[in-house]
Amino acid sequence: MKGFMSVYRKELYVLFASPIFYVVALTFLIIAGYFFYNTVAFYNLLSFQASQNPMMAEQLNLEQTVLRPFFLNLGIVLLLLSPLMTMRLYAEERKTGTLELVFTFPIADRSALLAKFAAVVTALALILIGTLPGILVLHSFSGLNWKLVLCGYSGIFLLGSSFMSLGIFTSSLTQNQIIAAVLSFGALLMFWVIGWTKPLVAPTMAALIEYLSITQHLDNFAKGVLDSRDILYYLLFVTFFLFLTLRQLESHRWKG
Amino acid sequence: MIEAEGLTKFYGSLPAIRDVSFRVDTGEVVGFLGPNGAGKTTAIRILTCYMPPTAGVAKIDGIDCFERSLQVRGKVGYLPENNPLYGELTVQRLLRFAAGAKGVDGKRIKNEVNRVTDICGLDKVSGRIIGHLSKGFKQRVGLAQALLNTPPVLILDEPTIGLDPTQVVEIRKLIRELREQHTILLSSHILPEVAQICQRVLIINKGQIIATDTPANLTSQLQKSAQISIQVRGGLERLTSALEAHDGVQKVTLCDRGRGGLLVETDRSRDLRPEIARIVLEQGLDLLELKLVDLSLEDIFMQLVTEEAAQEGVQP
Repeated sequence: MKGFMSVYRKELYVLFASPIFYVVALTFLIIAGYFFYNTVAFYNLLSFQASQNPMMAEQLNLEQTVLRPFFLNLGIVLLLLSPLMTMRLYAEERKTGTLELVFTFPIADRSALLAKFAAVVTALALILIGTLPGILVLHSFSGLNWKLVLCGYSGIFLLGSSFMSLGIFTSSLTQNQIIAAVLSFGALLMFWVIGWTKPLVAPTMAALIEYLSITQHLDNFAKGVLDSRDILYYLLFVTFFLFLTLRQLESHRWKG
Repeated sequence: MIEAEGLTKFYGSLPAIRDVSFRVDTGEVVGFLGPNGAGKTTAIRILTCYMPPTAGVAKIDGIDCFERSLQVRGKVGYLPENNPLYGELTVQRLLRFAAGAKGVDGKRIKNEVNRVTDICGLDKVSGRIIGHLSKGFKQRVGLAQALLNTPPVLILDEPTIGLDPTQVVEIRKLIRELREQHTILLSSHILPEVAQICQRVLIINKGQIIATDTPANLTSQLQKSAQISIQVRGGLERLTSALEAHDGVQKVTLCDRGRGGLLVETDRSRDLRPEIARIVLEQGLDLLELKLVDLSLEDIFMQLVTEEAAQEGVQP
């Protein structure tokens, strides 16, 4: 893993030196804030109705009404924005030729790739931390179950990391950042909506599709269910696409 | 120090280099010369482990570039063609990154960066963003990056391309200073440059090495006739016929009528200069200048490249 830290530091520096990160972070936080406000306002309305209806008040649940849709919404915003964070990673290095430097430094491709991935995941974590103030405000009003919050955040972090790994892969395919972004957006959207065909196919196929669907796994986290199958899904997803990226880089080397 | 044996690289079905073999000994400065598209960069990229060859073996310091790539990469400082750098970083930060990536210890990084900054004269710009620097400074940053961790081998791909004449002179001076510590392979399509810096030249054309020797030897081998340039005052026509009649003179051409310049081509076997001087005086003319003309590397290069083309034309 020699050279990992220096590439990691360089990647973070390049990331924070470019305006893309700030624009993405700002857009993400504004949209996330809007969704958060809406779910809270909706909860407000429900509790108002519940004050006149004791039956309804029993069923009212802050975590399920606010947090669960909030985390699912974060997923959608990430789907839109994460391709913009990853499109640069290899495409730009290919375009400017700096990949030749990295390829001829005594660093294994694997270390450089992991460093890039770690840097972009760090940026993701920073952006997610940006959504915490809303949660804290909510907590100050009604007290939240922090285990659920943590579970939801782990889910969204794992989801985001998966998006990043796929984004890195598409970025390694081309030297055009826009193509990289479009490809990763398209692929991610496909993983997002693949569950929709479930009712239309044979049962075995349906089970497979359900497992592949990226939203299905997020929903478990969002409602506070920590299942090793979901964790495994995201870890496999990340490993698979990082592995593909390595293979792609190797093939790029051979083609020259 | 650098060994290439039968290197061949195909891009798809297109061969970039075919069966290229050469070696560079420790401490040598070797120029890799060829027209654009001859395969210089391809050969260099194989030696620097950027890409594997289709066939053949490349070794640096006895270590195979393909089998033990990481080890080789630690021994080579490389300035790629067009000098790609991260434009958004400052000079200092880029060098720190490169030093770390090349395995310099955390504690030594600062010293090492300062050392190459000094060598390459980057002190004044070390805090500036690379994207805003002039091309000359960028080239120095590229060179500084290659020098980090004092690699035994330096491979420079077109180190002076796109620079203005003063910058070219500065970079050449820098390279000349580096030859004490490093074995250097540099590529260029500019011939005087190679003649000035290098002890040995490899000439490559259409993916094959067509000649390798010192610039001086190449000149003498390929010069089929010795050329003597003279300048006289007085009747040129009479002198021309007198010279042509002399034994050993192959051809006399008038090259500058106004100033009385003649170019005399003679046998290489003997030095005709004293005889030519005598003839001029016998004709009652004033001899203003007389000197032996050496073929420049440019002429040799053109000769080699065109000879190749002619040979190919003969073959069916």
